[in-house]
Amino acid sequence: MTVAVRVIPCLDVDAGRVVKGVNFENLQDAGDPVELADRYDRQGADELTFLDVTASSAGRETTYDVVGRTAEHVFIPLTVGGGVRTVDDVDRLLRAGADKVGINTGAIARPEVIAEIADRFGSQVLVLSADVRRSQHGNFEVTTHGGLKSTDLDAIEWCARAAELGVGEILLNSMDADGTKDGFDLELIRAVRAEVTVPIVASGGAGRVEDFVEAVDAGADAVLAASVFHFGELTIRDVKDALRAAGHEVR
Amino acid sequence: MSSRIVVFDYGSGNVRSVVRMLERVGADVTLTADRQAALDADGLYVPGVGAFHACMVGLRDAGGPQIIAERLRVGRPVLGVCVGFQVLFDGSTEPTSIRPVTSGLGYFSGTVERLDAPVVPHMGWSLLSPAAGSRLLAGVEDQRFYFVHSYAAAQLLDSRVAGNPLVTTAQHGASFVAAVEDGPLTGTQFHPEKSGDAGAHLVQNWLRTL
Repeated sequence: MTVAVRVIPCLDVDAGRVVKGVNFENLQDAGDPVELADRYDRQGADELTFLDVTASSAGRETTYDVVGRTAEHVFIPLTVGGGVRTVDDVDRLLRAGADKVGINTGAIARPEVIAEIADRFGSQVLVLSADVRRSQHGNFEVTTHGGLKSTDLDAIEWCARAAELGVGEILLNSMDADGTKDGFDLELIRAVRAEVTVPIVASGGAGRVEDFVEAVDAGADAVLAASVFHFGELTIRDVKDALRAAGHEVR
Repeated sequence: MSSRIVVFDYGSGNVRSVVRMLERVGADVTLTADRQAALDADGLYVPGVGAFHACMVGLRDAGGPQIIAERLRVGRPVLGVCVGFQVLFDGSTEPTSIRPVTSGLGYFSGTVERLDAPVVPHMGWSLLSPAAGSRLLAGVEDQRFYFVHSYAAAQLLDSRVAGNPLVTTAQHGASFVAAVEDGPLTGTQFHPEKSGDAGAHLVQNWLRTL
């Protein structure tokens, strides 16, 4: 009787449309976010994650609208990330219909904001979204701005620090694996698992159902994917069947 | 006629999701902290997201403890969810900067403590061990519900409401209290409003008891 492994479709939203690229580039249109959210809910998704990848304020307004319309008729948890800098940003997303909020660049710029948000809304509302890649020095480093900028932060140390400051979950996205369909970065998952006790959502690289099983075996509590679901290569059910067959509990 | 439900709006919680779920199952819903409306409603839904102490402060500022007490005195149903459930216990050890234990409303005897498990928060869908005779879980006894919490009551020692509590448990590491039904007072540690079809069924079960 343990908590079920969560299978989470991720919708990268740009100006009101779902987009998907490879290694964060060459974005392609993948559909209407509200329609997709509805479809994934009916397929048995355990949560939904919206990542707002727009830079413009007009695009942000559109995302609030998308979140609101989704929350009107989808009754599973919604996590929304992108552009979160302050307690007020979190407040606004929660009011729009988000249940959890992802933070990335805003937390790197000012780590104290993690504690400020956790004090007001509780840790369980805050997800650290970490975009990680392997550096030329052989370690994992954190990147910002959708992978465009590197930081000097060691990814494993950053995840541990963010957990201490009060994030309730880590969305661990491998930039190297993102969109490749070659499998999750298992070494990265194991390294973070060894350092934190908050739940880990593995992201980046899902291609085959076996990839999801390996990510959970490596220590992930939830698995997230985008293009394999958007383009109909796999269904939520396919992934859950494989997890169940491997002895993991699913809903 | 559909049941008139007040979702108590005291500055805590994902109230929009709660209102939408109640509307989905056909309730006549009002989101308010108005005392008279909260007293008159067929059912009072007390949400709660955030830290225990912050929720208690918000609830007190809105006159929540008196409203709940008055309703229970005349047998009118109240449903507390997540931290809105936890505040019904004696207190919580969730830390604040000023005190080690925060007092709750004391309807359920027991203390809300940090979960003892390898991974905390407990975040996701878990099975329940339903209390025998549970009306709340009728028809969804074998379903998973959505939890998001780091604290819970390990056990319920006694209830000071009707005195005949039905206790449903769940497990995350150790066993903890997942739901209590005692006369007019009901509480769930999980979030029915985020538990999809199973959650909708449970909310309907609660409406039927009003």
